[in-house]
Amino acid sequence: MAILVIAEHDNSQIKSGTLNTVTAAQKLGSDVHLLVAGAGCAAAADAAKQIAGVSKVLLADAAALAHPLAENLTPLVVDLAKQYSHVLAPATTFGKNLLPRVAALLDVAQISEITAVESADTFVRPVYAGNVMATVQSSDAIKVITVRTTAFEAAAVSGGAAAVEAVSGAADAGLSSFVSQELTVSDRPELAAAKIVVSGGRALGSAEQFKAVIEPLADKLGAAVGASRAAVDAGYAPNDYQVGQTGKVVAPQLYVAVGISGAIQHLAGMKDSKVIVAINKDEEAPIFQVADYGIVGDLFSVLPELMTELSK
Amino acid sequence: MKVLVAVKRVVDYNVKVRVKADGSDVDVANVKMSMNPFDEIAVEEAVRLKEAGKATEIVAVSMGVKQCEETLRTALAMGADRAIHVETDAELQPLAVAKLLKQVAVKEAPQLVILGKQAIDDDANQTGQMTAALLGWAQGTFASKVELGDGSVNVTREVDGGLETVKLSLPAVLTTDLRLNEPRYVKLPNIMAAKKKPLDKTSPADLGVDVTPRLKTLKVAEPAKRSAGVKVANAAELVAKLKNEAKVL
Ligand SMILES: Cc1cc2nc3c(=O)[nH]c(=O)nc-3n(C[C@H](O)[C@H](O)[C@H](O)COP(=O)(O)OP(=O)(O)OC[C@H]3O[C@@H](n4cnc5c(N)ncnc54)[C@H](O)[C@@H]3O)c2cc1C
Ligand SMILES: Nc1ncnc2c1ncn2[C@@H]1O[C@H](COP(=O)(O)O)[C@@H](O)[C@H]1O
Repeated sequence: MAILVIAEHDNSQIKSGTLNTVTAAQKLGSDVHLLVAGAGCAAAADAAKQIAGVSKVLLADAAALAHPLAENLTPLVVDLAKQYSHVLAPATTFGKNLLPRVAALLDVAQISEITAVESADTFVRPVYAGNVMATVQSSDAIKVITVRTTAFEAAAVSGGAAAVEAVSGAADAGLSSFVSQELTVSDRPELAAAKIVVSGGRALGSAEQFKAVIEPLADKLGAAVGASRAAVDAGYAPNDYQVGQTGKVVAPQLYVAVGISGAIQHLAGMKDSKVIVAINKDEEAPIFQVADYGIVGDLFSVLPELMTELSK
Repeated sequence: MKVLVAVKRVVDYNVKVRVKADGSDVDVANVKMSMNPFDEIAVEEAVRLKEAGKATEIVAVSMGVKQCEETLRTALAMGADRAIHVETDAELQPLAVAKLLKQVAVKEAPQLVILGKQAIDDDANQTGQMTAALLGWAQGTFASKVELGDGSVNVTREVDGGLETVKLSLPAVLTTDLRLNEPRYVKLPNIMAAKKKPLDKTSPADLGVDVTPRLKTLKVAEPAKRSAGVKVANAAELVAKLKNEAKVL
């Protein structure tokens, strides 16, 4: 049976987590279909069909799908799911919102945020803030899965030549409507997919200092900006910067933690980074236990020095 | 308006759990247990709705072993009016919890069901969405702001790109994110008063729900450990190491 991946997109572009999800799907079977459900989303479908490894694109274009409201998307996905052995979506807020609703109506479990595929019914997933990796086996007929995107390579955005098939029948469930959104605008790379991430913690002390100290370093390195929960709670950084157990999971080539203590909830979101740098004035801070390179010192003097060194 | 709040008893967030020697499960014997932090936020939100004159009654529900009573007493001390304990020693997975919660919701007919977005033990992030699905209700997940209207509720959600606001018709299911509110500390007199509040018992069998797990845990293991690296003296040394040793710059 074929595998269905639910694409995350903004009607024109496919979001990067979808590419990692396609790779996870390929470990389950070679016939991978991608559902692009939206409104006026032909451009997204066009991008979808070029993704390497996708054999068919299902295009559901309907006004009720202009915003990814779970109430409207679910009936469509539930209907399609019956022809598939597995249904996957990225473990982003999009996938986490949608797939449990789908799973419940199919009367199957959802397998959350898998990091490895052992076989068609057996998967590895982190629990307890990533302190434990559980290998779980599903006995359900349809496996509904969200995928931790950092655990799988991104599929190539070109090279594929999938056929596009229209799917009709999407309707407004009449339960919910979109009101507004406030998206963080930035020219920096996307946090979850960036090669370098610079994160700031409570030690930054204010939104102004966060901006003045963390952002220039990120820009110098071409990095995305992240934050600890404490920094987000205090309003130094927007909520979508939060890295951790209950925020975003990142695994860049280089993660720079500035003024972050290294609570397990934060480590859960970044400890799979290739190289970790920690800058903290407390030499006992737990972040140093996972850092490859540590500087014990005041960030407000270390960061300017770092900027100078990087400019040389 | 009645509000139903789901509270789960979990290993306290400060505890670093260990895997049993045979790799069969996590060792939770004798570790500190607490209310799931997101569920404290859920109870707090319900209490604030009541304090604002918008909710009339708050019912806290917990599913699981006998000691869930303690979690329910905490919810009562925070301001819930009564509690329902669905008692069972069986392993409960999110789908089973959602089915139980649906049955409770059908009986209690609340306008809002509030859950945490995620239990910090299984990190599943499913139960609220599943409950909404089974009830056929709207869902407002990862809520950071809740504004009740007439027959509807506006929910601001923490999404990957920032914030999104949706309007849901009532009744609806909400799941809480960290920034929704800051839960209060419970005061001793409230703990005492909570002991007198009603706590009813029911069971999966009473509610007619088959809770058989769908996922079998074959094994658990600790992830590969990172070892502490080196301390460098200054920024110059750091940049040199990142360039020449780690080769990430
Ligand atoms: C349910 C739950 C979920 C959570 N989810 C997350 C999550 O997803 N992500 C997350 O990050 N946290 C999360 N947390 C919070 C987590 O437990 C910690 O409280 C948080 O990570 C601490 O943030 P911090 O390191 O910035 O602050 P602190 O722990 O206060 O650390 C600040 C650090 O800065 C250092 N410092 C201070 N001044 C300077 C200076 N001038 N120069 C250099 N160093 C300095 C200090 O030595 C200290 O180590 C969660 C908690 C709970 C209960
Ligand atoms: N056994 C339970 N008893 C009461 N509420 C629960 C239980 N399990 C999960 N929940 C609720 O569902 C939320 C999400 O849990 P989960 O889907 O397991 O991450 C929790 O924050 C609780 O509000």
